[in-house]
Amino acid sequence: MLRQIEGSRAVAETVARCRPEVVCAYPISPQTHIIEAIGAMVKAGTLSPCEFINVESEFAAMSVSIGASAAGARAFTATASQGLLFMIEAVYNAAGLGLPIVMTLANRAIGAPINIWNDHSDAMAVRDSGWIQLFAETNQEAADLHVQAFRLAEELSVPVMVCMDGFILTHAVEGVDVPEQSDVDAFLPPYEPRQVLDPDDPVSIGAMVGPEAFEEVRYLAHLRHLDALERIPSLAAAFAEAFGRQSGGLVRPYRTEDAETIVVALGSVLGTIKDAVDGRRDAGERVGVVGITSFRPFPLDAVRDALSGARRVVVVEKAFSVGFGGVLSTDVAMATHDAGCSLRTVVAGLGGRAITRRSLEEMLAAASRDELDSVTFLDLDHGIIERERARMGATRRSGPSAENVLRDLGTVASWIG
Amino acid sequence: MTTQPVRFYQVGSFAVGNRLLPDDDRTVQSDQNRTNSLDSGHRACQGCGEALGARYALDAAMRATGGRLVAVNATGCLEVFSTPYPETSWRIPWLHSLFGNAPAVATGVAAAMKVKGKGDVRVVAQAGDGGTVDIGFGCLSGMFERNDDVLFICYDNQAYMNTGVQRSGATPPAARTATTEAVGPEPGNVFGQGKDLPRLAMAHDIRYVATATVADLHDLEEKVERAMQLHGARYLHILVPCPLGWGSAPNDTILVARLAKETGLFPVFEAEYGKVTAVSPIRHRTPVEDYLSIQRRYAHLFGEHSRTDIIARIQAIADQNIATYGLIDDEADSRGQKEVTA
Repeated sequence: MLRQIEGSRAVAETVARCRPEVVCAYPISPQTHIIEAIGAMVKAGTLSPCEFINVESEFAAMSVSIGASAAGARAFTATASQGLLFMIEAVYNAAGLGLPIVMTLANRAIGAPINIWNDHSDAMAVRDSGWIQLFAETNQEAADLHVQAFRLAEELSVPVMVCMDGFILTHAVEGVDVPEQSDVDAFLPPYEPRQVLDPDDPVSIGAMVGPEAFEEVRYLAHLRHLDALERIPSLAAAFAEAFGRQSGGLVRPYRTEDAETIVVALGSVLGTIKDAVDGRRDAGERVGVVGITSFRPFPLDAVRDALSGARRVVVVEKAFSVGFGGVLSTDVAMATHDAGCSLRTVVAGLGGRAITRRSLEEMLAAASRDELDSVTFLDLDHGIIERERARMGATRRSGPSAENVLRDLGTVASWIG
Repeated sequence: MTTQPVRFYQVGSFAVGNRLLPDDDRTVQSDQNRTNSLDSGHRACQGCGEALGARYALDAAMRATGGRLVAVNATGCLEVFSTPYPETSWRIPWLHSLFGNAPAVATGVAAAMKVKGKGDVRVVAQAGDGGTVDIGFGCLSGMFERNDDVLFICYDNQAYMNTGVQRSGATPPAARTATTEAVGPEPGNVFGQGKDLPRLAMAHDIRYVATATVADLHDLEEKVERAMQLHGARYLHILVPCPLGWGSAPNDTILVARLAKETGLFPVFEAEYGKVTAVSPIRHRTPVEDYLSIQRRYAHLFGEHSRTDIIARIQAIADQNIATYGLIDDEADSRGQKEVTA
C-alpha cells in the first residue's frame, strides 16, 4: 500500500519488519530519523524481541553490532559522514570477521569544512572495506534494498551497507509501499550464522593471522563478493516476484539502446539525469544513462555490457579523489578500457550543491560536441577560486580558505544553484 | 569435636596452603576439573603475569557461571600470544575484534544473549591497561554508564608491552619505558600523570569494582566469583607483573605483585555503587625500595647515582594510599579482609 511517508520512516519501518534483534543508535544527521523511529518501536514493544542500545559513539555502534552479530543476533545500525569515518576501524573489522551486519548510510559530505549535506564522500571512504555497498535511487528502493540486504548479508556472511542520499532521500516525503510483514517473513528466513559464540560449542573468533594465511583469508572475502555479483541479480528477481516491483540488481540502464553518450551515476541523482537525458533526446542527441546499484562488489561485466554501444561515457559523481579525480570513474574505466570509448568525469553535487537538470543538459550538450574536459567540476564558481588563489599568492597569512570564500560570497546562506 | 577456624597467611611466605583448607575453600586452580580456559601451549613470556591472571580469572568465572561464559578480548599481548593462527589456547567461546572496542563488543554479545533467550550466558571482556585506560576508555565508560551486564577485567602491567614497552596512562611515575627513557634530570615517567581506573569506574556508580593481584589467588578468585554473582556493569583491575617490561626475574612475578600490595603502591580493595566496602590490609609494611629495586625499569633510581629524592616521592605515594584506603589495620578478619563501614 502506497503511503506518503518520509524516506527515513519508510526505511525504519522496513528494517523493523526484517526483525533486527540488536539495533545500535548514535545520532548523526541525516540518518537520525531512522534510529529514532526504530527506538520508538522497540520502546513501545511493537518491535520485539529487540535490544535498542544508545551508545556513546559510532565506533561503539559498530562494535556493539560486531559483538551482537558474532553472538548470533541480527544486527542493524545507521550512520553518515563523520560517523562512518569514526567507526571505520570497526567497519573493516566487521567485514574481515565475516559478520552480516546491515547498516544504512545516509550519504553526507565529510569535513573540513564541516557540512551536513549530501554527497558520496563517506561511502567512497570505505569502498575497500569489504562491505557490500548498494545505492538506492528512490525511497522505495531504499526500503526494498534493506529487505534484500539482510538476506544477502546473511547468505554470504558479508556486511551490507545500504546507501541513500542524505536529505534528498532520507528527508523526502513521497509515496512508498513499505513491505508487508508477512511478505518480508516469507522472503527473509531467520539468521543462521556460520560462526557463533556458544558455550556448548566454543570457538575462537578473531585470531591473529600472519603472512602464511592472510592472503588466502582476504581472497576468500573477495570470492564472497564475487558470489554476491551472482546473488544480487537473482535476489532482485526473487524480490520482484514476491513484492511485485523491481528494486536492486547490479545496474539499471535507461534509454541506452542506441546511445552514443552514456552517463553513469549512483543514487538519487539518477532521477534528474533521466530528465536531462529525456531533454537531450528531445533535442535529437542519442544519450542514455546507466545507474549502478551495486557499487561494491563492482559489476565489471554488467557495466561493460551496459556501455558496450557507447562512443562516450560520462561519469557523474558526488565525490572525488583529491589530487586525482573521479573515484567511480576509475572503476568504470576498468570496465571499458578496451571498449574504444572516451571517458569523462563530472564531479557534481559536493556538499549538497543542487545538481540541476539545466546544468546536466548543458554538460551533456558539451559532451556530445566532444567539448567536455577529462575532469569537470559542475557549476564551479571560478571567480571565487581565482580570488582566493590571488589572496594566497599575495600574502603568507591569507587565513582560512573556507571563511575567505564565504566572505567573498557575502552571504551565509547555502547556495543551491 | 572442638574446631579451630583456619587462618590464612599462616605460612612464612604468606601463601595460602590449600591443604590446610576444607574442600569448599580451596581455590578453583587447585581443582583438577578446572576449565583451563586459557590452556597451556600459548606463547606468553616466561613468568607472564597476564597469562596467570587471565587463567585465574576466567577459570573462576567459568566455575561461577557453570561454564556459561563468553570472553571478549581487546588487542594486546593476551590476544596475540593466545591465538597465533591457526592455533588457539582458549577452551571457551572467545572473540577478538579491535584494540579499543572490547567493552562495546561485550555489550553486543550480552545484548544478543538476552534477546536470544540465553540470559544465562554471561560475558567477560578483557584488556591490558592500554586497552582499558587509554584507547578503550571511551567504550568502557559507555558500557559502565549504560550498566550493561558485562564484567570488564583489566590486566594491568602498566605499559604497552605487546608493542615493546611504551608508556600508557597506567605507567607509574619514574618507571622507564621505551617512550619515557631513564635519561635527563627527571628520568622515567613523569609524576602527576596517569589514570586511576578503579576510581574512575567507581565514579560511574557501577555495581561492583575491585582490585586484585596475581599474588593472592584466593582473593582474586573470590572477587571474580562475587562479580559473577552480580549483574550490570562490573570492573576488576588485576595487577599483573611483566618480567619483560618491568625487568623483573620471571620467577619473581608473584613476589613483585605481592610487594606492590604490601608497599601500598597498589591498593587492593572492593567497592559497590561507588563506595569502598572492603580493603585487603597490608600484612607487613614494606618500604618501596624493596619493590622498586628488583625491577630494572627503576634501575636508574639505585646504584652510584641513586635518586633517593625520587624514591622518597614514590614512598609518599604509597603512604598516601595507605592513609586513603586504611591499608594498615589490625582488625582484619581471618581471611585478611577488612570491612569498611562509611
